[in-house]
Amino acid sequence: MKSKKLLFPYTVWMAIFVVIPLFMVLYYAFTDKSGAFTLENLQYIPKHLPIYWDSLKVALISTAICLILAYPLALIMANMKASMQRMMNMLIMLPMWMNFILRICAWVIILRPNGILDSILGVFGFGPNTIYHTTTAIVIGVVYNYLPFMVLPIYTSVSKISRSVIEAGEDLGCNSFNVLRRIILPMSIPGIVTGITMVFVPAASTFVISLRLGGYSLIGDTIDQYYKGGSFNMQAGSMLSLVLMVIILISMAIMNRFDNGEDAGIV
Amino acid sequence: MKKIISFLLVLSLLFAGTGIFSSCSSDGENAKNRKLVICNWGEYICDSDEDGFFDVIKKFEEETGIEVEYLTAETNETLYSTMKAGGVNYDIIFPSDYMVQRMINEDMIAELDFENIPNFSNIIDRFKNPYYDPENKYTVPYFWGTVGIIYNTSMVSEEVNSWDILWSDQYPPNMILMFNNPRDAFAIALNKLGYSMNTVNEEQIKEAAEELKKQKFNFVMDEFFELMPSGGAAIGPYYAGDYLDVLQDNEDLAFVRPESGTNIFNDVMCVPAASKNKDLAEQFINFMLRADVGKCNTEYLGYSTPNQAVYDILDEDLKNSEVAYPSEIPETWEYFEVLPDKINDLMNELWVDIVSKNK
Amino acid sequence: MKKTVSGVYLALIFFFLYAPIVLMIFFSFNSNATQITNFESFTLKHYIDIFKNENLMNALSNTLIIAFLSSFFSAILGTCGAIGIFNLRKKARTAVLNVSNLPIINPEIVTGISLMLIFILIFGKNLGFFTVLIAHIVFNTPYIVLNILPRLRRMDMNMYEAAMDLGCRPFQAFFKVVLPEIFPGVFAGMLIAFTYSVDDFVITYFTGGSFQTLSIFINNSLKKGVKPWMLSLSGLLFLIILFVLILMNIREVIEEKREKNKVKI
Repeated sequence: MKSKKLLFPYTVWMAIFVVIPLFMVLYYAFTDKSGAFTLENLQYIPKHLPIYWDSLKVALISTAICLILAYPLALIMANMKASMQRMMNMLIMLPMWMNFILRICAWVIILRPNGILDSILGVFGFGPNTIYHTTTAIVIGVVYNYLPFMVLPIYTSVSKISRSVIEAGEDLGCNSFNVLRRIILPMSIPGIVTGITMVFVPAASTFVISLRLGGYSLIGDTIDQYYKGGSFNMQAGSMLSLVLMVIILISMAIMNRFDNGEDAGIV
Repeated sequence: MKKIISFLLVLSLLFAGTGIFSSCSSDGENAKNRKLVICNWGEYICDSDEDGFFDVIKKFEEETGIEVEYLTAETNETLYSTMKAGGVNYDIIFPSDYMVQRMINEDMIAELDFENIPNFSNIIDRFKNPYYDPENKYTVPYFWGTVGIIYNTSMVSEEVNSWDILWSDQYPPNMILMFNNPRDAFAIALNKLGYSMNTVNEEQIKEAAEELKKQKFNFVMDEFFELMPSGGAAIGPYYAGDYLDVLQDNEDLAFVRPESGTNIFNDVMCVPAASKNKDLAEQFINFMLRADVGKCNTEYLGYSTPNQAVYDILDEDLKNSEVAYPSEIPETWEYFEVLPDKINDLMNELWVDIVSKNK
Repeated sequence: MKKTVSGVYLALIFFFLYAPIVLMIFFSFNSNATQITNFESFTLKHYIDIFKNENLMNALSNTLIIAFLSSFFSAILGTCGAIGIFNLRKKARTAVLNVSNLPIINPEIVTGISLMLIFILIFGKNLGFFTVLIAHIVFNTPYIVLNILPRLRRMDMNMYEAAMDLGCRPFQAFFKVVLPEIFPGVFAGMLIAFTYSVDDFVITYFTGGSFQTLSIFINNSLKKGVKPWMLSLSGLLFLIILFVLILMNIREVIEEKREKNKVKI
């Protein structure tokens, strides 16, 4: 058990399929089509700054909404009977088991002009809705897809808080708001950090959702376009991926300053 | 937890029956068990067995005993990049004109043995030796078509004969559609400005981008099929074949090709150079050119057939449709050609601005 | 008062989560095949259609095979990794863990692209089943590791030492002592891995070549918009998932009763 031999296969695996591939992205970002070193691909960064900003905006808004929706839900869940908690856990996971593309399709047929939402609004004499093909539609799609990733880690960390700590707080004269502010909130920070990570990262790099629901490209779609679209410019795509990765890793490093635990709160 | 895993395990095995094990064997050179891998576009072959139609792939399998693996690709561009990246064992693909031109230039397509495709004689002469395959060594046309303006006559009363109507301010926002991909949208703007759709002049392309920014379009792709028949849009450019499709749901729809010209396209059947089953692929192409098979596809999809034998037995209405089979093809109708990477990049960059103005 | 508020809140959240699914299923019974959200009359036709659609069934079986195999291999690799990482000193542990977590923290699209680039380098022009499988193992394994580590930390190491003192070889001691302790973690990780794998679109999109899973197949079929079979497929998937959940709940109820009876005796 003390042996470190077991680590060997995993390290080799990670080297080949995690570390080296990222260097491949780096390599492509700084070479031209013939494979020679070049800084020319840097020009793609300033051109796409507005899209990076759009993507960050969508990610920040969606993450904030997820957090606001998820926190009370996690609290409510943690206060339920054990069997109910299990059930709620499953109910929140369940939509995630439906296919990703099908979940987007669902929102397409709801939001699109003359779709389900419009027929419902029509009955009450409202409509048509103007959500489809806007940023709002992307945010709805992202929140719908990633809300469970926010709920579950927060729930896990809240439910770990011992009943006696809360009771101690109450005995010492805290009202329920102060219990929340001074005990539950600080103790659930690892869960919040995990939740934010798990929503923010896919939200900032989303593609497909933005194109199908928003009708316009975010940075994920743009990178995809360079790899698989008309120009087949892997070098530009790699440069943009590299920048996206750096942005995300920096954001994560900042987030992690709030959280000292090693691996707390993962689903 | 244990239970879910074991349940899912059983479930996987249940579905595994036809899956991976059979697909692994495709490398074997065993002549009897060779499998034909077809990569088509979504919704681009008849797969219905109702109303006198038949499932074309199934029929081919039944008649020849050849097993078919049928896959789909999303766009010409993803097909190209997937093939470039490798890992594809396609035996037949259905690229459009400009893409097959690029593929032929890059030696990605195999020469066909037309002795194995006797039904090629069914192809109308006009479609033989096209610009992308001048000696007709690589391709067999599958469908052709044109882009036009589709509009709802209950909402649009003025006469429609040019792209200008798409820039009209008579209609509420979102009621005017536009292709949600750079190439098609730029083609319309370029044609409207009197330039070639295949221009490589950066100034002209920038001018076209400014033109596209002038109108608040509703950029759509597949939403067209919902919006147009239901009255959710008044006017928009789309393909002639798809117009015939939506016309069945809404008789008020009309189709017009602008006098200034439009885009005309051919989609072809061809065999990637890497295919190990070229003989089977040729057998399939020959099958697709048969009159009964072609009729089934043509009437199911609504696109125009380049096949005389098929045309002869089509439904009279379709045959005489000026939309699907225009009596003449003016010079102003342009095929797309391969654009240099630099121009593609420029269009993509300008495109971002055009679309983001509208969000 | 508090109860009502939280009840209403729960109802709203679940409405948001389930309304799209319920609507899809509702309209999957619609006989109007062209305007799918305009209900005409009831039909089961679209359900029969999905079973007749061989390409769809192929994609579905591909998805499940990849999900099962990748979660299985991730479990083995992740268990080795977790034990190895656990035995490192703190500094080395943090460093290795950071690398291990990269596929979780990195945007999926970057993982997908980077894997595509390395696969082209290693396997040449042979993207397909195996590259998708490897890619799924790559992004699944970290979840297994993260689920096992806390279990290892809680484990009493003396147990392992005791087993060794009693003559077990390290291998035996692992299977008899360590594995049962960390098993719940392995399973929880596998479940997450399975879920992610079934749901994945982005990674398969970049690493799959012509190999098609359900997500890819549906995405490529959207050329003429959402089709009735996509709705009935949602209905079918929902039914399967619900079936699994109910099965599990029944098991749990039975087990709980058994526990109670034991106490009585």
